[in-house]
Amino acid sequence: MKTKRGERLAAIAPFLWLGVFFLFPFALVLKLSFSDQALAMPPYAPQIDWSAGLAGIRAFMSALDLETYARLKSDDLYLVAYLSSLRFAAIGTLLCLLVGYPIALGMARCAPNTRNILLLAVILPFWTSFLIRVYAWIAILKPEGLLNMGLEAIGLPGLSVLNTQAAVYVGLIYCYLPFMVLPIYAVLEKQDHSLLEAAADLGSPPWKSFWQVTVPLSLPGVTAGALLCFIPMVGEFVVPDLLGGVQTLMIGKTIWTEFFANRDWPSASAVAVVLLLTLVIPIVLYQRQQAKALEAGR
Amino acid sequence: MNRVGGLTRRVAVIAAAAMVLAGCGKSGPKEEVLHIYNWSDYIDPAVVSDFTKETGIKVVYDTFDSQEVMETKLLTGGTGYDLVVPANNSVPRLIQAGVLQKLDKAQLSNFGNLWPDLMARMDPFDPGAQYAAPYMWGTIGIGYNVEAVKQRLPGMAIDSWDVVFRPENIAKLKDCGVYMLDASEDMFTVALAAQGKNPNSLVEADYAAATDMLLKIRPSVRKFHSSEYINALANGDICVAVGFSGDVFQAKARADEAGGKVKIDYVIPREGTQVYFDVFAIPADAPNPTAALKFMNYMLRPEVAAKASNYVQFANANEKALPHVDAEIRDNPNIYPTPEVFSRLFVATSKDPKLVREINRQWTRVVTGR
Repeated sequence: MKTKRGERLAAIAPFLWLGVFFLFPFALVLKLSFSDQALAMPPYAPQIDWSAGLAGIRAFMSALDLETYARLKSDDLYLVAYLSSLRFAAIGTLLCLLVGYPIALGMARCAPNTRNILLLAVILPFWTSFLIRVYAWIAILKPEGLLNMGLEAIGLPGLSVLNTQAAVYVGLIYCYLPFMVLPIYAVLEKQDHSLLEAAADLGSPPWKSFWQVTVPLSLPGVTAGALLCFIPMVGEFVVPDLLGGVQTLMIGKTIWTEFFANRDWPSASAVAVVLLLTLVIPIVLYQRQQAKALEAGR
Repeated sequence: MNRVGGLTRRVAVIAAAAMVLAGCGKSGPKEEVLHIYNWSDYIDPAVVSDFTKETGIKVVYDTFDSQEVMETKLLTGGTGYDLVVPANNSVPRLIQAGVLQKLDKAQLSNFGNLWPDLMARMDPFDPGAQYAAPYMWGTIGIGYNVEAVKQRLPGMAIDSWDVVFRPENIAKLKDCGVYMLDASEDMFTVALAAQGKNPNSLVEADYAAATDMLLKIRPSVRKFHSSEYINALANGDICVAVGFSGDVFQAKARADEAGGKVKIDYVIPREGTQVYFDVFAIPADAPNPTAALKFMNYMLRPEVAAKASNYVQFANANEKALPHVDAEIRDNPNIYPTPEVFSRLFVATSKDPKLVREINRQWTRVVTGR
């Protein structure tokens, strides 16, 4: 009897988590996106007048409107910022995959003792503050920085990387690489080596076995890694702000401008809601399709 | 057995936690704490520690480098800050939103030390000086690396906005690095002044025209940022910054300390520029307004205000402090402008939300090209 209740609680826990830390805050942001900007503390209206009871709630509901969403449609800045963020995230994720897959593969093919050391090496940077690691890149990439000192030492002309899109990609790859490496490594490490031996026995050259055996079997890890990189990259604010230059337009900065410079919390919320929906809906559809494919496969 | 052990352990932990919590509330005479929220690089640490020595009030000091962030925090409420330092154009908005509380002048015996000329200019923002006491004031101008700029613009006098707002000039400076403030309202006031327009224009078309000018020079600007340029100028990473006067003078001081390889100077362009006042104010929900008033009154002492100026290289708003300010700062017309220069300075007014949105939209266009 007791264990059963424990099981039920365990099943409810994720939903409880989702409700408290996702749905409730999202409801607040959604409500805010229907409000209007006001010169008050907090800087939006309407506020619910709880003392007026039901009438107060009714008055509150009738004051909500879709004005902020109309603004998102009327100015193409938001669309351009979305697309630019999606492009940054897509290219950043692809680059992470290109750098991360060989690392994960190399780690998985090492002896178990070496693996643990390499795993530690991947995780170790997390022990320093994210911000400090990004600042370190400023010191490396700046005009008089380590990179150019090195180039100069071997007689090559200096590069101006800091405050360009290239610097943003360097920062994105550096910061998100572990999120790509770890899931791929987890899948590759469990892969049955005898499959590759069987392929070799049947006359498949190593590169063909890699594409026909290793890669397809590692796809769940690649998908997980890509999602873990792509989603936070879309909303990334710190990396483009510190390493990016004038032409770096990303949705994180757009939300910042709405929230801080315009002091327009409702508009900032509307941008955030649309961003969330554009990310969540495709992912939910994708997962549903995956689940269907899995069932059909059975 | 195990269970019992676990239970007693849990009880012990809770009891220990309760004891710690109770202890916090009781420990001896309660330590008084003052929470200050000020611009980054804007105070002499010795001024703060002297205050603690004198009063026994512990100071927790936080900083910001963007007026927008500070204002948003205050508008959210419940910041826990006792003393904040907004600039003049933010004050009317904060007053109207009910964020600030009136100053108890009875606690501010040194209020009369403030410079009447400056107080007159502050009056439109805070009528009757009910909510704010000016701390420092400064200008927006051009900070530059003397050698690097001379090399690229030989024979040109660096005394005009043309240096940074004319494409042919700034293009020559692009390779050594140009920074501009990422502060929409401030940057538009100086851009409008450079074009000979009303710097506080209420006409949207004026902002569009200023945007056109800024878009032409944007390819030569490395970055729009409101504090990075201090170190970048001092290290020689950039050669020109449109920035706050005091920040540029701090860059100059740091460069001098580092051996003088980099020589920095600051100029108030002859077309005129914005003068701003950073003021002490107390949030309406400040936990310890009494300590805030004590600190304010302490900062209004002539010697303390002078000490603060000597460190941050800003002019203070304290008339009686002037004799105590280092001659080097007092006699520098770019810090304490001559009456002739002063006549060319203007203050930024507080704009309504619709115009602010338009200004910020134009600024996004300037910064990102979209």
